[in-house]
Amino acid sequence: MERSLDIASQAMLKVAQHRGITTVWDRFQAQQPQCGFGLMGLCCRMCLQGPCRIDPFGEGPRTGTCGASADTIVARNLARMIAAGTAAHSGHAKHLAHTMLKASRGEAPDYPLKDEAKLRAVASRVGIPVDGRDTQALMGDVAAAALAEFSEKETPLAWAATTVTPGRVQTFLKHGVVPTSIDGVVAEIMHRTTYGTDADPVNILLGGVKCALADYAGMHMATDLADILFGVPKPVMARANLGVLKAEAVNIALHGHNPVLSDVIVQVASEMHEEARAAGAAGGLNLVGICCTGNEVLMRHGIPPATHSVSQELAILTGVLDAMVVDYQCIMPSLANVAECYHTQLVTTMPISKIPGARHIEFREGHARASAREIIRLAIDAYRRRDPAKVSIPDHTSTAVAGFSSETILSALAAVNKDDPLKPLIDHIASGNILGICLFAGCNNVRVTQDSGFLALAKELARENVLLLATGCGAGAYARHGLLTSDAVREYAGSGLAAVLGAVGQAVGLDASLPLVLHMGSCVDNTRAADVAVAVANKLGVDLDRLPVVASAPEATTEKAIAIGTWAVAAGLPVHVGVVPPVLGGPAVASLLTEGVKELFGGYFIVEPDPVAGAKKLLQAIRERRTALGI
Amino acid sequence: MKHIFVRLDRCTGCRECELACAVEHSASKDLFTAIFETPLPRKRLYVESADGRNIPILCRHCDDAPCLAACLSGAIYRDWTREGVVAQRADKCIGCWTCIMVCPYGVIGRRLEGGRWVAAKCDRCPDRAIPACVEACPTKALVYAEPEEWAAIVRRTAATTLAGQVG
Repeated sequence: MERSLDIASQAMLKVAQHRGITTVWDRFQAQQPQCGFGLMGLCCRMCLQGPCRIDPFGEGPRTGTCGASADTIVARNLARMIAAGTAAHSGHAKHLAHTMLKASRGEAPDYPLKDEAKLRAVASRVGIPVDGRDTQALMGDVAAAALAEFSEKETPLAWAATTVTPGRVQTFLKHGVVPTSIDGVVAEIMHRTTYGTDADPVNILLGGVKCALADYAGMHMATDLADILFGVPKPVMARANLGVLKAEAVNIALHGHNPVLSDVIVQVASEMHEEARAAGAAGGLNLVGICCTGNEVLMRHGIPPATHSVSQELAILTGVLDAMVVDYQCIMPSLANVAECYHTQLVTTMPISKIPGARHIEFREGHARASAREIIRLAIDAYRRRDPAKVSIPDHTSTAVAGFSSETILSALAAVNKDDPLKPLIDHIASGNILGICLFAGCNNVRVTQDSGFLALAKELARENVLLLATGCGAGAYARHGLLTSDAVREYAGSGLAAVLGAVGQAVGLDASLPLVLHMGSCVDNTRAADVAVAVANKLGVDLDRLPVVASAPEATTEKAIAIGTWAVAAGLPVHVGVVPPVLGGPAVASLLTEGVKELFGGYFIVEPDPVAGAKKLLQAIRERRTALGI
Repeated sequence: MKHIFVRLDRCTGCRECELACAVEHSASKDLFTAIFETPLPRKRLYVESADGRNIPILCRHCDDAPCLAACLSGAIYRDWTREGVVAQRADKCIGCWTCIMVCPYGVIGRRLEGGRWVAAKCDRCPDRAIPACVEACPTKALVYAEPEEWAAIVRRTAATTLAGQVG
């Protein structure tokens, strides 16, 4: 199997081979064959009488020591994955809320309010009085309301209840899956899945759905608070892929997820080019992004994304990366080993995310700019140790247009119809110019040739006039392959879709069409796409489970992706997953996720590793919904 | 002829060899689809537990094979095209289970073939260079080697131990 479809990644993999440096692909190979019980979700490690495994071929044990069935074990494992994903997304949100609270008290002077309109919009949405209020006080109230979402309370999570359709609220109430506390429901999953508690697979899965809805709330909160502190993203153009690294500059990669650190580094870097030049780097400082920190600074500052997900190690192999600064999530510990072969300084910054072999500089919001300067100086120091003999930058970049927040999309539509912005979108869906909408989310996965799933699905769906949205490393894949451009519209879009993207592009004053795929942000930003779908549903008075809207994670890797997929199903969407999740060992669970859940929430999982077949199934789901709507 | 030898101190009891064996003997040869097949594929080796140790037990393909000698229908035979593997023609198996009765290791089971029960025994994976169980073992407890090679490995270990004791 080819390792990556990305030309720059392929070039760096040759360097890795030449230098004898192992990467994620080699380590994955060394792990083969992987444990079949684990792959099926059939291993239970939740008590000291275990580990217990169920024989999927029926010859060996059919229950664990305690009597837990295959379905019970699979459901418990899945619920814990959802809880971990929820903890990660909402931990990210909580970090932003604490920063905002400090900012409102004057304890974090480097975080001034950036977007007052968004602050007021979020405040009034969650029920905080806004009229005549001072913005500092309002920031404090919003931050306090956000932090209250994490504690035990008796009312539904505001960040979920106020952002979904009334129909969804009723559905969630009916099935008893309304979360009232983000941390509470994560803890509840740990409780109900511990030894001798919840053994009913359906009940456990409903608990998982409740947790996933808390994940949705945490994600929405993360996006809202980041926009308030750092600005609502607007369309921005950049180059993407490893060719954005510069031989004559001090190169710093910002990797991880949260803008709390990275945004400040970008701000401070603009004042430090001279220091880099004084060290001999004629090009000054060159910041690049990796993974979703990369998406955050791309959307708000046009920082070029270097690479994403499975190819993160390859940035170091260019020999010109002077520092890689990381916060949390999706950061491979192997980066420290690869960095050892070069001059690259790996810098960890978060107290909960340290890596042996990295330099740890704890980032403090109260002294954000000072921390950022210290980190940048480390990079300049490292630049002096660069070995010219090891420099090998792949000559490959693509154009990428990013930054399509829901606000941006709605204002673009308003340029077409000022009085009724959603009408053009709804009209085009009704007429069939737009067959449906697909949100691409999730990661790369080393099991899949990098980007192959994303590319094949996008091309199949675009040809059939499906409007494509993307976030996270999916959006990154499209950036590196030139699909976030109007050129890609000419190459891949069906005539109806091309006409719509062209017309909206003209209306907002671009010379060109909107890009083939709309980059809506980092992986924590999936609720931006949900917001657009909810707005359409509310306008039509038709709930989400009837709209021709689908989602796909063709190369999913993380527990976060499992949580997102689960809330997307609960929101009523057909959700394609291109990697087989560890659930097949529980036949009742697998059937509930792919079929039974449809009766409860309208959404369901489509597991299909072949991307072309996956696209066919998504198109079928879209067409079924169109037929049901009579369009 | 190569045999499968077991490093008895290495088995962690993960049963990956058993799963890999069943998958190799499925129609699809893919774990995710094999579990949905009818009939379900059967494994041909067994990880047993005795005196605190995990012991993988598998067909030795004996030179003087009791199962072969006892098979009245001629279903079990020695396949000289494959260096003398003790093989089986399922269509000749009459289901008398004499092979199961006489195998000193108890590694012959039963499987459904064409709606009929027949003996299920190790075939040393005719489609593979290295048997599936050997390849699946994460701790390399199973070693596919000529008896002389295996003995050489044991000798080297013994020599190292002795050298250490002499000091």
